[in-house]
Amino acid sequence: MTKFYVDNRLVEAPADQSLLQACLTLGYDLPYFCWHPAMGSVGACRQCAIKQYKDEKDERGRIVMSCMTPVAEGTRISISDPEAASFRASIIEGLMLNHPHDCPVCDEGGECHLQDMTVMTGHDYRRYRFNKRTFYNQHLGPFVHHEMNRCIQCYRCVRYYREYAGGRDFNQYVKGNTVYFGRQQEGVLESEFAGNLVEICPTGVFTDKTLRKHYTRKWDLQMAPSICVHCGIGCNTTPGERYGSLRRIVNRYNGDVNSYFLCDRGRFGYEFVNSPKRIRQPQLRKDGKLHPVTATAALDHLRPVLMSGKVIGIGSPRASLEGNFALRAMVGPERFFAGVADTEHRLTAAMLDALKNGPARTPSLHEVELSDAVLVLGEDVTQVAPLLALALRQSIRQKPFEEVEKLKIPLWLDHAVREAVQDQHGPLFIATPHATKLDDVATEICPAAPDDLARLGFAVAHELDGQLPVVSGLSDGVSALAARIAQALKGAKRPLVVAGPSLNSEPIIKAAASIAWALCRAGKPAGLSFTAPEANSFGLGLMDARPLREAFEAVRKGEAESVVILENDLYRRAPQSEIDELLNTAKHVIVLDSLMNRTASKAEVTLPAGTFAESDGTLVSSEGRAQRFFQVFVPQGDSQASWRWLRDAMLAAGQREAAAWKHFDHIVSALAEAIPALARAADAAPSAAFRAADSKIPREPHRYSGRTAIHAGVSVSEPKPPEDAEAPFTFTMEGYPDQPPPALVPFFWSPGWNSIQSVNKFQEEIAGPLRGGNPGVRLIEPGQGSGAPLAGNIPEAFSRRPGEWLMVPLYHIFGSEELSAEAPGVAELTPKPYLVLGSEDATALTLNDGGEAQVVVNGSRLSLPVRVRPDMPVGVAGLPVGLPVGEFCALPAWGRISKQ
Amino acid sequence: MEKVLTKNIRPDLSYVDLNAYEMAGGYQGLRKALVMPPADVVETVKKSGLRGRGGAGFPTGMKWSFVPMAADTPRPKYIVCNADEMEPGTFKDRLLMEGDPHQLVEGMTVAAHAIQADVAYIFIRGEYYLSEERLKQAIAEAYQKNYLGKNILGSGFNLEMIVHMSGGRYMCGEETGLLNALEGKRANPRTKPPFPQVSGLFGKPTIVQNVETLCNLPHIVKNGPEWFKGLSYTQDAGTKIYGVSGKVKRPGLWELPMGTTVRELLEVHAGGMQDGVKFRGLLPGGASTDFLVEEHLDVKMDFTDVAKVGSRMGTGTMIILDDQTCPVGMVANLEHFFAQESCGWCTPCWSGLSWAEKALYALEDGKGEAADLDHLSFITKLCAPGNTFCALAPGAVEPLQSALKYFRADFERHVTEKRCPWRSR
Repeated sequence: MTKFYVDNRLVEAPADQSLLQACLTLGYDLPYFCWHPAMGSVGACRQCAIKQYKDEKDERGRIVMSCMTPVAEGTRISISDPEAASFRASIIEGLMLNHPHDCPVCDEGGECHLQDMTVMTGHDYRRYRFNKRTFYNQHLGPFVHHEMNRCIQCYRCVRYYREYAGGRDFNQYVKGNTVYFGRQQEGVLESEFAGNLVEICPTGVFTDKTLRKHYTRKWDLQMAPSICVHCGIGCNTTPGERYGSLRRIVNRYNGDVNSYFLCDRGRFGYEFVNSPKRIRQPQLRKDGKLHPVTATAALDHLRPVLMSGKVIGIGSPRASLEGNFALRAMVGPERFFAGVADTEHRLTAAMLDALKNGPARTPSLHEVELSDAVLVLGEDVTQVAPLLALALRQSIRQKPFEEVEKLKIPLWLDHAVREAVQDQHGPLFIATPHATKLDDVATEICPAAPDDLARLGFAVAHELDGQLPVVSGLSDGVSALAARIAQALKGAKRPLVVAGPSLNSEPIIKAAASIAWALCRAGKPAGLSFTAPEANSFGLGLMDARPLREAFEAVRKGEAESVVILENDLYRRAPQSEIDELLNTAKHVIVLDSLMNRTASKAEVTLPAGTFAESDGTLVSSEGRAQRFFQVFVPQGDSQASWRWLRDAMLAAGQREAAAWKHFDHIVSALAEAIPALARAADAAPSAAFRAADSKIPREPHRYSGRTAIHAGVSVSEPKPPEDAEAPFTFTMEGYPDQPPPALVPFFWSPGWNSIQSVNKFQEEIAGPLRGGNPGVRLIEPGQGSGAPLAGNIPEAFSRRPGEWLMVPLYHIFGSEELSAEAPGVAELTPKPYLVLGSEDATALTLNDGGEAQVVVNGSRLSLPVRVRPDMPVGVAGLPVGLPVGEFCALPAWGRISKQ
Repeated sequence: MEKVLTKNIRPDLSYVDLNAYEMAGGYQGLRKALVMPPADVVETVKKSGLRGRGGAGFPTGMKWSFVPMAADTPRPKYIVCNADEMEPGTFKDRLLMEGDPHQLVEGMTVAAHAIQADVAYIFIRGEYYLSEERLKQAIAEAYQKNYLGKNILGSGFNLEMIVHMSGGRYMCGEETGLLNALEGKRANPRTKPPFPQVSGLFGKPTIVQNVETLCNLPHIVKNGPEWFKGLSYTQDAGTKIYGVSGKVKRPGLWELPMGTTVRELLEVHAGGMQDGVKFRGLLPGGASTDFLVEEHLDVKMDFTDVAKVGSRMGTGTMIILDDQTCPVGMVANLEHFFAQESCGWCTPCWSGLSWAEKALYALEDGKGEAADLDHLSFITKLCAPGNTFCALAPGAVEPLQSALKYFRADFERHVTEKRCPWRSR
């Protein structure tokens, strides 16, 4: 720690920081714009000016930018110096020259960093009397609204979009006081991370377009800590509700996971909660149609069904641990089946096995950013685990940082670092069947068929450890590549291997583990990161459910008569014929879900499951981190957490053990006790009994308005706010006024800091962990074993078949995930199904880009437009999966393609 | 008076080819430098007292001494010639490039040898197409005779030299903005430190020097530092190419001993004011320097003496203000230029200069208010050195702050008379 003086007070801070960062950590209110904790200092806005003195005797000092000045032993600075304070006010005056006076109608209002900083500096009188410059705005797609007149030229947007997130279709144009930030032409922003502009922009230039469509004031939102449900990464979010509908999602800082950013699926997928397809009441099939009934009627109907025995349950990777556990308890562990495709089930087990038993640790996203050599095997990370891709994009800077440090350039001095580094980047090898959006920063890419990717992996493992089997028949090119990859990983301080189940290939997972373990044996702290397809894939995986196929058999053989399906559209899990057979053969089909889907529409009974915003629950991320989401609002209708429906049904059927599950905490304890792998799940967040200064934590900001008016149209007496016995939160603005523990922060706010920048006040150190530690508990840590060489079967080399193509799955951030696909903005960006062919194959088939191809695969015949991608290996074709109109298709699979 | 830099320049400004340049003693400096250890060349230049002629007057030898010279220094190292002569009123480098391009090629090669640079770029103002043409020709000739390329004159030293034409922005003339532009990026200035000597063009050690500075080098090496010091009247060594523009009898450029007085330049070389107009003031070294007035005419034009009277010698090319030109209008014109050329990076610059421009035009249009003068004065303080990211804004407000000091009454008349007194009604 370095000692220095702020306004003659002796303070301490780490030496590797700017004075701005240090002062903010120390709790000083120092205004800033262009600086961002994740992006460092560039010295553009000049807002954070302070006085620096040569020594004790220096009384004049000189103005310096705190963001550009390093912490140094004995430095004497003043924040309160009148000249510095007046300069800071002058900067605001400059920023305000052109800023419109539209605060009352601006959708940033109430959480505008510019407003906060203006008040902080004391600038309150306008002297400039000339015209303001104006701009045309651009249509940037369904997510981000553009209002350029509000721009204060802080350059955060362009730095974030281009330099941090690697986007190319957004830039700065013109000069002087008319710098324009946008696209060269109007159009949808290409980056999967464009939504972060909404939070990066310190004022209202970039705002959430989905919120605009059902706008509400930020202080009128009811909020609770939540977890994103749209992939396995487990980003922490803050959803906001008003008048019974979910209005938006913003980032909730977690220094280990998503830090300051979300992907666009996570930020804008929430609108499925407001979908007209929502099931909001129990329904019962009568005369071939589902009819709404009361909860009592539904439960009465279920009693004999459940009491008859022969009930099986099918769980879900998108349902909470509690929901899955309740179902497992209802039907018995041996009659509980995983609601995922069998291959995925097997691969999840293999991944968990590798993480639990091997020596390689699965890193947090923050640790991924610090990796200095990475191999991605088989995963299109940007599409399946977007925030992991964003973290990998930062990891490539680690190696060049070593050179930068030799030049004595502090790493937070962002542009100086980028100018020194130029386009050098650390090793990132990407081996996938086709080009991905991370390829632009890859050291080398290796497009190949899944088996060949696994073989490359095993070859790398062999290079690292000669004891491991040789991969026979490799081309010289691939052998040399394997050697280069092994060299890079071996030469790194913190190497990382990324793989996952996307290509449904067990050899790929084994190969990835084999590489990471070989590195561990060589004494490297190698990371092993697997992607998980859904929000609770790993949680379900830890429950030891039986494979889905066995459920089909049980029903087919008559061993089971009733099927309870938890939050799952089974048509996404297995071929239509098999699901049809299951649903037609079973005597009783009971579905709990939040949205009507093909499976629910065939049920005898449907029960309305609360979404993440309407219930409490625990999810286990691909890092193995158990994280709690809390109910944001009390939904309309009868929706409630699935575990509650299951408990009610169990009680109706006389299953007395459910009587103990009065509250959420009880079922969490029950599952922690029943399943050793989940023993620590209860520690994901404090229990409902938690009180801060004898108070619960308010979900509503203290400025929340109109509580007495909301229902005035119905009754002038104010209704009693709903009680929440499940969580330590109130549905009001009354309660503990100060900072709650990190897992219980419903929204970030601090006096004078109304924007998301207030997170500064919740961190132990700026950009470091939250006070009290980042939320969540890791359930999976490496085993004690030293990682004996993994015996994996090395597949044969891919060989193309005449007249047939190996169809590999393609993933889309927008469309491949079930729930977010129901959000209108996401639906707008979801592509229509298509077929990808390599140039050579397309030529051979006389198919052009955009032409129509006939595809026969897994017995289905599809007519699809062709996209020609030069990088697709010969003999391999790509089919997008999970798109709303696409049928389930077990991929990879061999199929035929023809022009007619 | 000895002419050094301009001695080969022909009255008709025709091209001086390699033959002619060699006949006049050209490339002797380089030949001498190549057999000296690089450190000795640096030492010679240090001793000569040569200061950068681009405007800031930074000691050249000292600048070079920051370049890492160890064997494991990152490569390639670069030498960049700043020939983006965009300063209003300045046209001295153009004369040197058009009139005697080999002198620049030789000077750059000497400098490259001193810092052991591998690649040299000449970054030329976009409009200087004749300079481009002649330098390209000179470079081609130099390659042919092995003054450039591999193993120059058998010394083992290699240098590639490339001419790059600017896309055309004032900011491209700022040392680090130039480096960004050369890399194909927006010409915004860079964070300093690190200085280009450590992390410059493409992140590698780089020296950026003005044309006139580089042209001095062969002569210094050839004739020695004492000779160079002896050329000057004052403590700042060498000759200087001075220029005068405005309503004088003979506007132009002259190579004279450093420290020639303003009065001599104005009255002897420029022939005094045109008939019927009177001198009111001058900007000594381009648009971004403070006004000097009558009382300063005997100031010696060098870096040290001009600074003593509150201005800067800058590029040494003066712009004269006469009594028939409105000082407010002149400053408005300049601030328009600077506001337009601000890159838009730091707030004081883009906001302050655009405000100043609007206020000055309001005064000129008879719509000025007394408060505008306070605001202008406030802007000059807002844009003070240290408050901004680079030197553009502090330079831009120099004519404004000094005009407010010396021509205050003229500003006030604009407000009280609600018109520009120089404009006919």
